[in-house]
This record gives sequence, C-alpha cells and structure tokens, in this order.
Amino acid sequence: MAKIEKSPWLLHYDGSSCNGCDIEVLACTTPVYDVERFGVINTGNPMHADIFLVTGGINSQNAEVVKQIYNQMPNPKVVLAVGTCACTGGIFKECYNILGGVDTVIPVDIYVPGCAARPESIIDGVVQAVALYKEKQKTWKKEEKTEKGA
Amino acid sequence: MEKMNDYLFKIEKVELLSVIMEKKNALWRLVQICCAMVNDQYEITYSFANGYEFENFRLIVDKDEEVPSISRVYNAAIFYENEMHELFGLNVSEIKTNLKDRLYRIDAQTPFKKEANE
Amino acid sequence: MGKRSVVPFGPQHPVLPEPIHLDLVLEDEKVLAAVPSIGYVHRGLESLVTKKDFQEMAYVAERICGICSFGHGMGYCMTIEDIMNVEVPRRADYLRTIWMEMSRLHSHLLWLGLLADGFGFESLFMQSWRIREGILDMFEESTGGRVIFSVNQIGGVKKDMSKEMLANFQKRFDEMEKEVRKLTRVFLDDYTVKSRLEGIGILTGEDAIRRGAAGPMARAAGIAVDMRKTGYAAYDDIDFEVITSDKYDSYGRCEVRIGEIFQSFDIIRQCIRKIPDTEINVAVKGNPPEGESIVRIEQPRGEAFYMSRTNGTKFLDRMRVRTPTFANLPALTQTLQGCQYADVPLLILTIDPCISCTER
Repeated sequence: MAKIEKSPWLLHYDGSSCNGCDIEVLACTTPVYDVERFGVINTGNPMHADIFLVTGGINSQNAEVVKQIYNQMPNPKVVLAVGTCACTGGIFKECYNILGGVDTVIPVDIYVPGCAARPESIIDGVVQAVALYKEKQKTWKKEEKTEKGA
Repeated sequence: MEKMNDYLFKIEKVELLSVIMEKKNALWRLVQICCAMVNDQYEITYSFANGYEFENFRLIVDKDEEVPSISRVYNAAIFYENEMHELFGLNVSEIKTNLKDRLYRIDAQTPFKKEANE
Repeated sequence: MGKRSVVPFGPQHPVLPEPIHLDLVLEDEKVLAAVPSIGYVHRGLESLVTKKDFQEMAYVAERICGICSFGHGMGYCMTIEDIMNVEVPRRADYLRTIWMEMSRLHSHLLWLGLLADGFGFESLFMQSWRIREGILDMFEESTGGRVIFSVNQIGGVKKDMSKEMLANFQKRFDEMEKEVRKLTRVFLDDYTVKSRLEGIGILTGEDAIRRGAAGPMARAAGIAVDMRKTGYAAYDDIDFEVITSDKYDSYGRCEVRIGEIFQSFDIIRQCIRKIPDTEINVAVKGNPPEGESIVRIEQPRGEAFYMSRTNGTKFLDRMRVRTPTFANLPALTQTLQGCQYADVPLLILTIDPCISCTER
C-alpha cells in the first residue's frame, strides 16, 4: 500500500488588504479553481492549521493578531504571503499606518506577487507550500529526535 | 451634473445645531461629515440627503476651536466625529460615545493634521 | 434576569472573510448591545494624496476595495473630471455603466455565496461562486484584470469593447440569467433558508433614516433611494425602477439584492443596445485648477460619496471617500440589538460588509 500522507490544513487571514486578493483566495477554494484538489483544506482555526496564508500588508493593529495566529499554529508551519501588499506593502507602503509586508512581523516562506494575485499563482504558491511543508516535516521530526536523544 | 456650489451652504458655528435640528425634524438623513485642513483651519462639511435632494453645510473653525457634537441629534455621527478627532485632531465636544482615539487605533498621532508652512 | 457577559467576536473568525471586531454584550443568548471596533485594515490611503499625483490617485482609489474597485476608480475620476470641466465621451459613459453593472453582478453573487456559507448551505455557496466566475472571465477578456481593472482614467476609459465582444457577452449574460434564476429560487423559496432569514434583524424605514443607512440596507427598509437615478454616467438613458422591499428583515435584504441582479442584467442589455460609437477618452492636459467637487454614486453596497479638493498643483489637497459600509455600521449595531447570539454572523453578513472600504 502506498504511504498515506497528511493533508496540510490552510488558514487564511486578511491583513490590511484591499479585498482583491481575499476574494481571489476564496475563489481558489470554489469550483473553477478548487485548490483543495492538491490535498489542502481550508480551516478557520489556527490550532488546526499548517499553512498560514496572509493577504495584505501589516498595520500597527493587526501585527499582534498575525503574530498571535502564527504562535498558535503547531510546528512545523509554512507561511505564504499572497499579493504585492503582503510581500512588500505594495501601493500602500507609503501610508502612515502600514508597517510593510508580512515579513516585518513573522518569517515568510513563500511570496506570491500580483495585484491582485491571480488564482493560478495562488495555486502555484499553495502547491509549493505543500511541498515545503512535507520537507519541513521531515527535518522537524529529525530535529525533535535529536533533541530527545540529547 | 449639478455644480457643487448650488448645494453648498456656509454656516457659522452658532448656527450649526439649529441647522442640524431643522434637518433632523424634516427627516433628512446624514450622508457624511468630512474634515479637511485648509490654511491652518479646519473645514468641516456636513452632508444631508432627503430622497434625491442633497445639501452640504460647511463650517470653518480655527485650529484650537471646539466644535459641538451632533451625535446626540444624529446617532450615526459618532463614527464620523470620532474619525475626525482621531485623524485630524479636531476637538469635538461631548460626543455621545467618545471612543477616545480608539476607532482606528493607529500609532501615528493625527496624521492628517497639517501645519501651515508645510 | 439572565447572566450578563461580554463576548469578543473577531477579528479572525471562520465566517468573516475580513477582520472586524465586535464586543457583544450578552444576556444569556440574547445580544443587548454590540460595539464595533475597527482598524484592522486601516491603511490611511487618503493621506497618499500628498505622495501620488492626481492621475496616480486613480489607481489608489481602485485599491480602496477589491470588490467595488471599478466604482471607486470611477467615482474618483468623476470628481476630477468635474473640477477640470472635462466632458467624458458618451461611449466611455456607457462602457463605465456596463462595467459598473458587471461589478454589481459579481458583488451580489459573491454576497449570496457568503450568505449561503453563513447559514451553512455550502453547495449554494459553491454554485453562486461558480456563476460569478463567468463574470470574472468577461472582466478579464474586456479589461485584462479579474478583480482590479485600472480601466478608468481621467477623461474616460482606457479600453474599448468591440461589437463582437459585446454580442458575445450578451449571449453569455442571457445564459447566466437563466442559471441565476434557478439559484435564486432556492434563496427566496426554500423553507430552511427562509427560516434563517425571515424576521431576523429588523430595520424599519424610520430607523434606516435615523441611522443613515444606505443602499440595499435602506431599500430593504422601504426607502426608495438609488443614486443611479441621479443620472451620472449613462444611467440617465437607462430605464429602470428602484427595487425596494417592505419586509424590513434579512429576507428583505436578500430579496432586494436578488432583484438588483436581474435589474443589472437588464441595464447591461439596454446599454449594449444603445451604446453609441464615439471616442472612449479625451486627452486631459495640465493640472486640475483650484476647486472641489462632490460625487455620489451607487456602489453594490450602497451610496458612496467622493470629494476631491484641488489646489492647482498636481497633488490634491484632500480626497475623501465615504463608503457605504461606513454608513451602514450604525444600522448594523441597531439590527444586532436583541438578536440571538447564533444569528450574529448572519446579521453581519446581511449588511454586506466591506471592511477594507470602511477603513480605507
């Protein structure tokens, strides 16, 4: 029997995005694009999630929320920044209330550019995140073992 | 399209509440309140609509002056007045629900407030 | 008397695609008061007027919100055109109207889907979004973008639609209309759906005026106000009736939006029939003179207010946008009073909240 693998769960949080990327992320979960066929499932609970998908830049108020969600997620975890705002702050970078991209508060693994990010590129990002997650799982297990052995 | 001057009326601070009450009694709805900083003065625009009728009232006040709140007449003004205070630093007296700069909870202080020489 | 407690709701919540936070004061299961606190999406983009010139601000305006993006760009451009006394070519007006109505279609279908998700009818959600993809495809063919188009410019639009394209779109809209009709029957007639919507979140006409509600929220309270009747763009040539409902509840809001979907199909049909053959934009030279202008347009979520104030340079003095959700927040707190705790997510959805619009 082929080895059964875990399906990573995906959590979406909207930073201070303009909604454009959010609805594209949502569109990815609906019939035409259906990202769930790549073995992820959308969840609303950070404690269930493995892949953290953030859209939009970070402002002073949601920085804490993003950090908190990140800390609530179990290890290993992958962070996916979707859209130009989430990557760098984008068009809003010069606004007084924008700190910058998601990487100003938490480490980001995969960047998906685009304003708004197209569903195809979001899917590409998610597929890469799934691969990276599996990679991380292996090394993380090894790390845990060596920690226990030590 | 009609030109803006046709439906823009300048008012004084003492008139404000009576104008607002008049609109309220005639069942007009509050469309918005806008604040702008022009030549070191605040320019506040109150917009009202009744059906397709539309009127704006403009009040110009000095930087340190206080503006009476209309939130006791128009409940919806709470959000606009808190916004003006938080973003422009305009003093609005006796807002019904004073959120005390906690509407947007931004780090920057009154980012829209401009000094005259800028 | 029951036990009183305060329950925080949001900003990250499974039914909310966008972050909003509410403090709900409960007595047992009943909501006594709701205090919204916003700011999770606040960017302060109105302050960008000092950094981007008046042409670039059109792109910023489009990014106020990704759902009503077209309308925001159009509203902003209309204020500057008014200040600069630019007469937009008639064909551009018609194209704007068509894209605006397509935006309304996709926004209302999106809302129907989210509403279905809100009361746990997943397949209905998927169906609404499947139909919506058809509109996004047409957007992509005609503008190049799926959600943010950047086709508005000061003086008109950047892209034209050919005769063949319009005829093709018309065929696809007709097909879509049939599908939507099937779908909306579920929303309006299904026993389970009705039981979740009827009598929930009452907002009377008097309250709607007192709280300054706008758009479908006000129309569902029986107030026939639709900014399209003021005749901007090509709406003065179009024949349509303002859709209202006298039910005052969530069902009424659903009914109004569904009515508007079919109305939009009809407006597009009239536009395609009447569209004149002229230029699509006029060249705009120089900086806008000193002046100011107010424009109100009807977004999918209601009346949106734009004010621009220019000072003769290429930078604006002030750009002000009052979005429909901002106007509907006081109405939301009203409808939440006295509802059941379990209905809160659904009631938030019925105002069709657009938080990134609200906070800009």
